[in-house]
Formats: sequence, C-alpha cells, structure tokens
Amino acid sequence: MRRVNKDERTRIGFTLNGRAVAGDAESRMLLTDFLRHVIGATGTHVGCEHGVCGCCTVLIDGAAVRACLTLAVQAEGRVVTTVEALASADGALNALQQAFQRHHALQCGFCTPGILMSFTDYLARNPHPTEDEIREVLSGHLCRCTGYAGIVAAVLSVSAGSSRQRNDSASPEPTLKLESRS
Amino acid sequence: MKPRRFDYVRPDSADEAVAVLAEYGDAASVLAMLNLRLAEPAVLIDIASLKELDYIRVAGNMIEVGAAVTQNRLKDWPELAGKLPLLAAALPFVGHFQTRNKGTVCGSIAHADPSSEIPLVLATLGGEVVLRSHRGARVLAAADFQRGTLTTAREPDELIMAVRFPAQPTSRVAFREVARRHGDFAIIAVAACVEDGDTVRIGIGGVADRPAARRATIDRAAQAKDIFESLAFELKGYDDLHASARLRRDLLRRIGPVVVEEALRCAA
Repeated sequence: MRRVNKDERTRIGFTLNGRAVAGDAESRMLLTDFLRHVIGATGTHVGCEHGVCGCCTVLIDGAAVRACLTLAVQAEGRVVTTVEALASADGALNALQQAFQRHHALQCGFCTPGILMSFTDYLARNPHPTEDEIREVLSGHLCRCTGYAGIVAAVLSVSAGSSRQRNDSASPEPTLKLESRS
Repeated sequence: MKPRRFDYVRPDSADEAVAVLAEYGDAASVLAMLNLRLAEPAVLIDIASLKELDYIRVAGNMIEVGAAVTQNRLKDWPELAGKLPLLAAALPFVGHFQTRNKGTVCGSIAHADPSSEIPLVLATLGGEVVLRSHRGARVLAAADFQRGTLTTAREPDELIMAVRFPAQPTSRVAFREVARRHGDFAIIAVAACVEDGDTVRIGIGGVADRPAARRATIDRAAQAKDIFESLAFELKGYDDLHASARLRRDLLRRIGPVVVEEALRCAA
C-alpha cells in the first residue's frame, strides 16, 4: 500500500517522453503543476483546472487524460507523454503538427498542446475518423481563436492521406496556405 | 483551483481499501470536486489501479462492472451493444473522449449527478449497486441507492465494489439528450427501452434531483404524449445556469414522446 500523509512531501518518479524524471511533491499536487513547476516541462498548459477546457490533456500509458484531474502521485511508475514528445530531437514537427500549421489550426496556441495529445491517442485507435468523429473528440476542448474549422481540416488531412501526409495532396478541405515572410 | 491537503492512499487490494475507509470514516470523491473545493476529504483512497476491480463480468442475467472500469473501456467492450444496447446508446454522451479515459462507471454512480447518463441508465433498467465495508457487503437497488443531488445511500465507510446492469434481450432502445455542447451536463436526457410487446421502460434525467424511471404500456401514439405531460407536471424541473425549470418541462414534453416512438419503431 502506498501512503502519503497530507503534510508530507514524497518522491515521485515516472517516465516522461521516454526519459525517467523525478521530483518531490505533496499528495495534493496536480500533475499539471508537477510537470510545469517541478520538472520544468511547460508544454502542457493549464486552463480551467477542472477538466473542462482540455488544454492540459496528456497521455498516461497511451490514453489521453486531463493532467489537471490527475494527482502527480497517481502518475507514479506510469508512462507520461506530453506535447514535447511530438517533434523530433532536431525540432522537426511531426505530421499532425505540420497539418495544424498548414491549416491554420491554431492562432494563440494556448489550447493546442492538449488538442494535439488528444488526437495523438485518438488517431492511434481510429486512424481514419469521419468529420463527425473528429468533432466529437474536439468537443472535449475549448478553442477561442480558430472556430475549430482549421483543426478539423488538419486532422482530416492527416487521416485521409496517411501515407502522404507531408505534401497534403489528399486534403478534402480547401486549405489556407500561409507563406512566411522572410 | 488546487485541492486542499489530504492524505493519499493507494491500496493493493479491495480489502485494504475497505480497511482504510473504516479507519478514516469517509472518502470517495472526484478530482474536479477537489479542485473546486466542493469536496474536502481527509483522505483520498485511489482504487483506480486495483486490478481486482477492473473487470466486466456476465453473471446470469446481470452484467457486473467493477469499480476500476473506465467509461471508455465499457464503451469499447465488444458485447456491450448486444447485451446492454441502452447503455451503448448513452455512453457516447458521457463527458468527452478524454474524460472517459479516466472517469469510471462506478465513479459516475457514486457522484450521483442528477443529469448523468450512467445513473439514468442504471435506474431505467432497474440495476443494482454492490457496496462493501468492514462490516460486510450489501446490494442496493438503483432506486434505493440514489437519494438526491450528489447524495446516495452509501454509508461513509462503504466502498462501491461494482454496479450490475440487467442484460436486455431487446435492441429496441432510444436515447436522446439536450446539452449546450456535446458532452456537457444534460439539460434533460430521456431513455426508452421496449421490454416486450408495448411495455416500455422510460428514464428521465436532468429534470428532478435524481433520475426518474417508469414503466408504461403504450398501445396508442397519444399515450406517450400524455405520459410525458404528467411526468413534466410531477417532476417539476429546476432552474440553474443552463436552463429554467419551464424549459426543462417543455423539452421533456417535446422530446419524451419522440424517444419512446424511436424505441418502438426499432426492429426487435
């Protein structure tokens, strides 16, 4: 039996993005705060802190869950994956992230880490979702910038053209192309 | 917000969980309630990773779901649509994909929100709740378990071990709810399940302080309308941020008969 008394700080360790991490926390510390303040992994954002807005969504043992509704101590010994794991070591974005960029699926970017993690789990279970299915998963997130259309288009483009994600030729939606001004 | 301080215990067995409950007197809550400080328990007993409670079992006419089974696990159970079609129709409305990955079936029963879908289905089908404490085990009918808004007959030292849904030999079911956003709390929810012939089990959530379940024989279309007229009068409804009592009654009158008709129209 694992027991942490309320005025005690305990050592908590788990695997974060393929790397063993550890830190000290009280039993009441939320996983969001542990990731951001103890580990320093600030990719996971904190919005409502009661499970509604979805921006703190991370994977625990592969399943998308709210980090704000998870205690740090509950992550003990688990495998936690956050948005920092998506891009490769050299900073190259993965296919889903690239699709978000191409389809203007983010503006301020506050909600984006959670949405990316939700679809990382969901697309692994259902690689070719319909637009309705994508919208149902997206109902677990709040985005105040995009109106969601770009997010739906981005996920559809990744799922439709799974073998040709990079050139996006299979996108069923008109895409908004953004050229960078250098 | 952040929760207040509490002791954290992760037992290795249900026996240990029951012993810790006896030691503290009360626990059982959900993280959102902690963060909002609506719940300020002395101890949090984490049973989510107890393997012995992570099971879905067919026991005679009952489907027993252990306390560690998440809502998504039950939703993805291959036999769900065949054995519990009403629950299969209702589960997609429970929270969101991301919350169903962690939220448990029994947790929803324990929380007893009047607009929750799982307590509504349990009440509609006449299911049971299995409770255990250091004093022993007992089984309560759904109607005796949920007493009011966020209030149940669970004693402070009792642990919900499982819930039991009676298997349905029919596929003639229908479920609808009205919410501001898919996955939000239902303003109203209506469930219907045809037993045999014209006998229909009707369940209503979100209107009273707990789910209302009725059985009715419906042999003409106008009858369903009459039933929901009197149910709206009887259940009254309540005002909150999302809807007035009057809107709830109106939605019930309009949507109730449609749901019953949908269930009756389904092929057996």
